[in-house]
Amino acid sequence: MTGARFVTILIPVMVGLAALLVWEAAVRLGDVPKFVLPAPSVIGAALLENFSSLMSALWITLRITLLAFALAVIGGVALAILFSQSRLVELALFPYAIILQVTPVVAIAPLILIWVGFDNVNLALLILAWIVAFFPILSNTTLGLRSVDHNLMDLFTLYGASRWQRLWSLQLPAALPYILGGMKISGGLALIGAVVAEFVAGSGSGTGLAWRIIEAGNRLQVPTMFAALFLLSLLGIAIFFALTLLEHLALRRWHESAVNRDF
Amino acid sequence: MTDLSPELSSGLDTPLLTLSGVAKNYGGARPAVTDVNLTVARGSFVSLVGPSGCGKSTLLRLIAGLLTPSDGGVHWDGGVRPDDLGFVFQDATLLPWASAFENVYLPLKLKGVAADDARDRVMAALGRVGLGDVPHRLPRELSGGMRMRVSIARALVTEPPVLLMDEPFAALDEFTREKLDDDLLSLWEELGWTVIFVTHSVYESVYLSERILVMGSHTGSGRIDEDLLVDAPYPRGLPFRQSPAYFDHCKAVSAALRDGEV
Ligand SMILES: Nc1ncnc2c1ncn2[C@@H]1O[C@H](COP(=O)(O)OP(=O)(O)OP(=O)(O)O)[C@@H](O)[C@H]1O
Ligand SMILES: [Mg+2]
Repeated sequence: MTGARFVTILIPVMVGLAALLVWEAAVRLGDVPKFVLPAPSVIGAALLENFSSLMSALWITLRITLLAFALAVIGGVALAILFSQSRLVELALFPYAIILQVTPVVAIAPLILIWVGFDNVNLALLILAWIVAFFPILSNTTLGLRSVDHNLMDLFTLYGASRWQRLWSLQLPAALPYILGGMKISGGLALIGAVVAEFVAGSGSGTGLAWRIIEAGNRLQVPTMFAALFLLSLLGIAIFFALTLLEHLALRRWHESAVNRDF
Repeated sequence: MTDLSPELSSGLDTPLLTLSGVAKNYGGARPAVTDVNLTVARGSFVSLVGPSGCGKSTLLRLIAGLLTPSDGGVHWDGGVRPDDLGFVFQDATLLPWASAFENVYLPLKLKGVAADDARDRVMAALGRVGLGDVPHRLPRELSGGMRMRVSIARALVTEPPVLLMDEPFAALDEFTREKLDDDLLSLWEELGWTVIFVTHSVYESVYLSERILVMGSHTGSGRIDEDLLVDAPYPRGLPFRQSPAYFDHCKAVSAALRDGEV
């Protein structure tokens, strides 16, 4: 078991290291100019050189992503609960949730920017990232709340459960795997939303990682671009793993998807 | 042969449950249940047998109030309220994220009983079905038969005066099933509940019940066609299972079931 886990970590790390070595060697041997493809060592140097500015950019992107994600989870779950309580509300609002989802965020971004004003770029970024992250939570939770075993619903009816008891003791736990699945999708989307929104917003007070990439690109500081890109990927991976861990911890005891079968 | 014997009905002022002209149509070409007239005496053990799809589950759900009849009425008497019912579904129907203890505690929890106050009752109910030593296990850590017993313990924990069971042991092996049959009977004798028990096993219905309602034979689906009495005394153990009377009753029920299939 521990051996197997060790291997599942070791192998990708080895592959990564090997790829970096090949990359480094290819760039050096081929004399590739660093504004086309910088070697990993050069990227590393750029990362160290711009460390504090990159870190503050990372912090801004992280903050927007996490805040948008948290609001998406709260909003999505709350709205799904509302839908589950009232078919009428669902009929009335669900189409608009879909419209919000299918309209490309890049296309809404300028409008949102105008509405919140250019001195509130961070708020605009937050709204845009939220829009992208919100729908998977809403649709997954809605599905989860509806997928409760009918016999269990009847059981609760039989024992005179109130709406609140039914929701809290039956529907929400039953929907938990769906909610966590939605969170895994929307965590990544929140990051994408934050970055795309920042690209669209352009300059302004927002100086997250996306803006660093644009800025470095304009100055042809390709190693810095790569360094920012590297941090973005790292952030995405961290979010994904954190949510996977959360899912595992929450479901490992009872849900089919997380149960460990080989004892 | 189609009415309650004098011994059983005497001393009962009113039947506990009365169904008059009950019908249920799901919207298909023919109704799932038609024209069921039935009275059930307090404290009796009644089985409902019939071929698959004849409307047994539908009738039980109508009785439990989980379905509303398209026609006719279901009437409980003697102060029976909906939450005096215990219901055991065909499969265990447990909360997969909750332990055996929490599953059995559920009905009490929904009635607002605090966990500490309920502990003794829950453990007693688990003990009755022989699961007193595994209260912390999750459903997936229990065998199929154990899950079914948790489900029965959950129905028992509120000590419902009326227990409705929909083929509770159908998925179990013969051996476990006979054991659970015996457990159920001794509980019934001890506590004096009214039990309505759906099964498709002729043998099980004869072994358990005082009265057997045969559904969906003569007239096609949805009706009660025969109302048979099994006048063997309780407790019924192995001797009854091996007695000629037992086989006679089985033959009678089988014949009633076959009657319609010309
Ligand atoms: N929810 C439903 N919607 C439509 N038709 C239904 C529904 N439930 C049951 N039926 C139909 O009603 C009839 C009786 O079903 P029911 O479940 O009561 O049968 P049953 O006697 O319990 O069968 P089994 O022994 O297989 O459990 C069947 O023809 C079935 O197709
Ligand atoms: Mg059935």
